Amino acid sequence: MSFSEIKLLIQDRFPKSVIENENISEGQIEIDGSLWKEIATFLKNDPKLLFDQLECLTGIDTGEEGPLQSRYNLHSMELRHKIEIIISHDRKDPKVESIEQIWRIGDWFERETYDMFGIVYEGHRDLRRILCPDDWEGWPLRKDYELQETYHGIMVPKIKEEEGWE
Amino acid sequence: MGVLENKFNDNIVVGSLDKFLSWSRSTSPWFFQFGLACCAIEMMATAAARHDLERIGMMPRSSPRQADVMIVAGTVTMKMALRVKKLYEQMANPKYVISMGSCATSGGPYWQHGYHVLKGVDLVVPVDVYVPGCPPRPEALIEGLLKLQQLISEERPLTRKIT
Amino acid sequence: MGVVQGDQMILNIGPQHPSTHGVLRLEVMTDGEIVSRITPHLGYLHRCFEKHCENVTYEQVIPFTDRCDYLAAMNSNFGYVVAMEELMDIKLTERVEYIRVIMAELNRIASHLLGVGAYGLDVGAFTPFVHMLRDRERILDIFEYTCGARLLYNYMWVGGVSHDLPKDFEKICFRFLDYFEPKIDEYNQLLTYNKIFIERTADVGVLPADVAISYGVTGTNLRGSGVKWDVRKEEPYSIYDRFDFNIPIGEAKFGTLGDCFDRYWVRILEMKESIKIVRQALKDLPSGDIFETMPKKIRPPKGSVYRRTESPRGDLGYYIVSDGTAVPERVKMRSPAFTALSCLDEISQGWMMSDVLCILGSLDIVLGEIDR
Repeated sequence: MSFSEIKLLIQDRFPKSVIENENISEGQIEIDGSLWKEIATFLKNDPKLLFDQLECLTGIDTGEEGPLQSRYNLHSMELRHKIEIIISHDRKDPKVESIEQIWRIGDWFERETYDMFGIVYEGHRDLRRILCPDDWEGWPLRKDYELQETYHGIMVPKIKEEEGWE
Repeated sequence: MGVLENKFNDNIVVGSLDKFLSWSRSTSPWFFQFGLACCAIEMMATAAARHDLERIGMMPRSSPRQADVMIVAGTVTMKMALRVKKLYEQMANPKYVISMGSCATSGGPYWQHGYHVLKGVDLVVPVDVYVPGCPPRPEALIEGLLKLQQLISEERPLTRKIT
Repeated sequence: MGVVQGDQMILNIGPQHPSTHGVLRLEVMTDGEIVSRITPHLGYLHRCFEKHCENVTYEQVIPFTDRCDYLAAMNSNFGYVVAMEELMDIKLTERVEYIRVIMAELNRIASHLLGVGAYGLDVGAFTPFVHMLRDRERILDIFEYTCGARLLYNYMWVGGVSHDLPKDFEKICFRFLDYFEPKIDEYNQLLTYNKIFIERTADVGVLPADVAISYGVTGTNLRGSGVKWDVRKEEPYSIYDRFDFNIPIGEAKFGTLGDCFDRYWVRILEMKESIKIVRQALKDLPSGDIFETMPKKIRPPKGSVYRRTESPRGDLGYYIVSDGTAVPERVKMRSPAFTALSCLDEISQGWMMSDVLCILGSLDIVLGEIDR
């Protein structure tokens, strides 16, 4: 199925969730995150769509004034079509429903996005940091991230300032 | 050895106890294969068939309690730094550390924006030989190991040091 | 005689272990010798690749991608430059495309050699490891002759490659291929038809196809479960659609479909297919200038792209977001070994402790790519 047909199918079924945005390109759909779990179940199980593979889940920080975003790349092994879903979160309290029961790889992908950006995936059975240590402070990939001074007594930032390094 | 030198046949060696101890320690140090990242592959390649490490006496051991030299090969992160210290403390004296590659020496290519990278393993364990490179060639690692052997053979463990 | 239900024991296969292919910590909950749950702990090699990408220029990202999957550095570079060329809409010369395919396939052979050799080492066979490393050194000699580096090349640049092929490259390459092709029979005699190896790997760690797709497993691991999926044929990039090669899939040779032996067997067959591709590419190699289509300044238009390519571990994907400047806004690497490791818990339930390491070795993971 082509991208416009898929978009029409989603718009028919969930008319209030699809947000029109001219800044995104062909192949991307921006949706509102309130019914995300229902939409995800529909995308996986509907016989015309059958998106059974979650390829990639990316978190993006769009700058100081903009929101945080989660972008899901979905692909169908049976029908060989793909689509990208964009969901925006409020910067002060980013959260959305978790889809780890629908696509099992969502478990680790969501933990990684939580670790890097602080986006909370509600309903995830075990949401904790995966790459940074458990007692790390801050969300590293956000644009306003500040390094902590020491970690268990070891210096974190660059030292040797007196020798002319940055 | 001064007065006794060259007074005997060729099959009699004369020397001080210090020198013999250092000589026997230096010629077969067993290394603790602590491969973390890309440098670990070059360490494995050095121990394999082409640049054989066993011909200079080094044997790979997996447990710290059986090793003399710890080759820290690869980037050390904050999460791993505490474990490196623990493993170093588990080794028995006399022990030596070789820092292989630029990541273990000073943070490597990740020194500028790496929030999770330890900028040099000498912040947690004392290092004897630094081998630069990204990754260092097997020949460079062998040179570092031979320098370590030379360092060990110059130690005088029984002589009291005058400070 | 009744069965005694003992307490569960937690065993820690620590970050430093000769068989964990890097720094990985597995927390294994066992009931005696039988495993009931495994929790992998990652992050011991998290080197902040994505933070670096937001602070350096597009060309300077390429050496960082090398160091993520250090066993297949050419393929990691390839994935990034293919995504960038799709974003910037660059058309390449024929010679560059052929050179890239030759380098990528040679690196695929080198990566599979090390993967299979280390797998033999995990299972307990020392000889195949040494033989395979010996042959891998000859491939590294070819790479060193071309670009000067043995392991981390920084070879594929956006719009071209960094060095042209040196004098007599075709002769040296053909000589290597003629030497290497009969060696695969030698490996078969050492490992594949070895009774002990078959007993240890057949029927162990079966990965069914639907579980694999749900866990996002791709590449050799998915093909070992019988699914015919290869990005080089399904979404062809570069000039892969011109070559004639097969996609080997698991066929339950000695046990059930999707066990450890099938994944190992697919890797051996893939090496043969790579040899075929390199021979065809060397025969048709055109002449030309490799720096013709390289842009002087890399400033892609605003937008984003997601493109995946076939690395020896699976589907390597790059999601690149550009805001029009010389520095990327966001680069995300979708790593195939990350998804392969996530299914370890599911497929090793009920097996014994020594089988866990056998299953882990058959997934062929590289921690540099998982932790980035």
